[in-house]
Amino acid sequence: MDIFTISTLLATIRMAVPISLAALGGLFSESTGVINIALEGIILMGAFAGTIITNATGSPLLGILMAVVAGIGMALIHAIASVTFKANHIISGVALNLFATGVTFFLALVLTGGSQISVESTLPKFLGISPVIYVTVAIFFLSGFFLYRTRLGLRLRATGEHMAAVDSVGISVTKMRYLGVLISGALAGLGGGFLAIEQANFFTKGMSAGRGYIGLASMIFGKWTPWGAAGAASLFGFSQALQFRISIPFVPDEFLQMLPYLITIAVLVGAVGRATPPAEDGNHFIKEG
Amino acid sequence: MARDNQIDTDPLIRMEGINKRFPGVLANDSVDFSVQEGEIHALVGENGAGKTTLMKVLYGIYSKDEGQIYFDDKPLEIKDPKAANELGIGMVHQHFMLVPPLSVADNITLGREIAKYGVLDREEAKERILELSSDIGFEIDPEARVEDLSVGVRQRIEILKVLFREAEVLILDEPTAVLTPQEVESLYEILNNLQEQGKTIIFITHKLNEVMDLADRVTVMREGKDVGTKEVQETSKNELANMMVGREVLLRVEKEEAEKGEELIRAENLTLKNDEGANIVDDISFSIREGEVFGIAGVQGNGQTELIEALTGINEFSSGTVEVQNSDLTNADGQVIREEGIGHIPEDRLDRGMITDFTVTENFVLGYHTFERYSSRIFMKLRDMDEHAKKAVEEFDIKTPSTKTLAESLSGGNQQKLIVARELSQQPKLLIAAQPTRGIDVGAIEFVHERLMKERARGKGLLLVSSELDEIISLSDRIAVIYEGEFIGMFDANETSKEELGVYMTGSERQDKEEVRRKALDKVSPRE
Repeated sequence: MDIFTISTLLATIRMAVPISLAALGGLFSESTGVINIALEGIILMGAFAGTIITNATGSPLLGILMAVVAGIGMALIHAIASVTFKANHIISGVALNLFATGVTFFLALVLTGGSQISVESTLPKFLGISPVIYVTVAIFFLSGFFLYRTRLGLRLRATGEHMAAVDSVGISVTKMRYLGVLISGALAGLGGGFLAIEQANFFTKGMSAGRGYIGLASMIFGKWTPWGAAGAASLFGFSQALQFRISIPFVPDEFLQMLPYLITIAVLVGAVGRATPPAEDGNHFIKEG
Repeated sequence: MARDNQIDTDPLIRMEGINKRFPGVLANDSVDFSVQEGEIHALVGENGAGKTTLMKVLYGIYSKDEGQIYFDDKPLEIKDPKAANELGIGMVHQHFMLVPPLSVADNITLGREIAKYGVLDREEAKERILELSSDIGFEIDPEARVEDLSVGVRQRIEILKVLFREAEVLILDEPTAVLTPQEVESLYEILNNLQEQGKTIIFITHKLNEVMDLADRVTVMREGKDVGTKEVQETSKNELANMMVGREVLLRVEKEEAEKGEELIRAENLTLKNDEGANIVDDISFSIREGEVFGIAGVQGNGQTELIEALTGINEFSSGTVEVQNSDLTNADGQVIREEGIGHIPEDRLDRGMITDFTVTENFVLGYHTFERYSSRIFMKLRDMDEHAKKAVEEFDIKTPSTKTLAESLSGGNQQKLIVARELSQQPKLLIAAQPTRGIDVGAIEFVHERLMKERARGKGLLLVSSELDEIISLSDRIAVIYEGEFIGMFDANETSKEELGVYMTGSERQDKEEVRRKALDKVSPRE
């Protein structure tokens, strides 16, 4: 079996892009202590919005941008619910996921009469690869720099670890948390746009297929660091790439398609080691006085 | 901040008629308070007297309901901590405001980062911090992660954080509550250095020794009011204690000579290993008789917590034996230990001693809830529980609106009294008390001490662990010093001093191992 080929590598990268963007999104959100399980729904929403706008305007670039905007929109709802109104982060996230599943399916039916929509044009490839992949790599470099070397990055990370301390030095916890959540929405939205426009060339209902959750698993596996998340996402991408490339006699393909999810479970159960999430994960900020 | 040379009758900060209400309480009741430039001013009072509230008003965390603050004789509003910072006022909170995974430098600069175009200049920050820390006489590694550092060092980081913001006035909220005796010493030094540099220091405390050691002036608060300001040189601990409590207080514990009776507990060769295989408790032996108080002195973190936890069934010894009147209780279940008549006042009342979401009554029976007097086989005997709790509330003078009040709304001192009441109401023959007066105020300390001594007079045994040397010496009959999990010295309470124990607590001296063991097991003839 020649599974270690250029084509597998490329497939791995393609598969890893939405997952890694979701992972990085989760990282930004959780670095401010907001758990964002809505990444799944955000990917789906990004995929849908990207597809519709690409087809409507004929511009895949506008489609990608719209995916980002849709992601930010979803994230904004999450931030309003979980930061401003102090809803349970998980519940808000689950609600958004259900909302995204329903609304994209409904709108797809209304707009096209079917649950699957083909994407009519894609971005011109650069050296045979979608430009979004280059952008993703650049985003990872920038994120590492942003989080660990800049003032704002420090403030974001401090917020996720000790909100009262951040507040006590005159930094707005609410602003930091909104920023973290909105960035996560933009990243996951981009991932969704890539998934539909550049990777699958169509939108179909429920096409995020757990990528948001696998992204969160990558974030945990990568111990809440950008590079760890990228590495973990690549592993998941590889396992997804494999499922189309190997077939084992007498083993149904469906079992191979389970591979990424099995790896997710295995990783979360065993291989993580002692990763500590940000201390304020899931907490609400209540100011005294 | 302007630092004109002022005549010292002109206070730098003056707070007049400060009122601060919380739902149901008047936390500050027309309080007047003033601070001279360059002085160390202690703010003392029992828990709940309104000290911290007053300082949080000054620091802009709370907004006052009435009153006026003058700074440099100018009336002004301090609407948030930022405004206080701009005036040169900084506060070191009781619960540190540090982000554990971040570096020392990042913590100190957070909110005032040294950055160019938003990119952190960590080299510059490091230099500034090294400079600041050497100015007040200690060394610190700006690149160390805060979570790896001790409480004492963390406090220094908090102080640096305030100085980094160019504070001229430092407010410290109970700075010594979490420190070891050595760390307290070096904090004193730091504060003295700061004063020499012309800084003004306000510190909140309820330990009168600290006031006498450190402060120039002291303001006493009681029940939300200020009851007076004194020059430290013109007052005494007794006077301050009386002002705090509003009545005569006995600082000295009345200890009668008790009859020592039968051996209650004999523990031999107790060893407890941690996950890494290191001996946290290292070959400890001791025995306690009826009517005897066995004190364990030591710097926090030398194994006393683990020793107590294993004795009371929370943890397990790796080897060794515990015998209580000939029944083997080595690594017995907590329930069995209680049934054998061993009470436990845990070191951390919130973590181990009570469930704050439960009512006073429920907390009162906690741990004894399966005992026949509180429980039939299926149902709790709610009426009996409540009756017992009510009696205890009265007897132990626990201030609570009712026995149905949640424990969380009690003050720290009353929570502690509730735990003491629970354990003593069960008439234990041996009481294991860890830090029984930690974080509670003078009046409550006096009460707890009295009660413990009463138990001793009744022929009960007491194992006392405390980081307060005064407490250890005044309550105990025999004292063991624990260091790195080992008993390294045994003393007769009547023949030792704080200074002597202090030397052993740091491990700089130790007695012969066999001798210590023999004395701890009380194999020498009882003192006459």
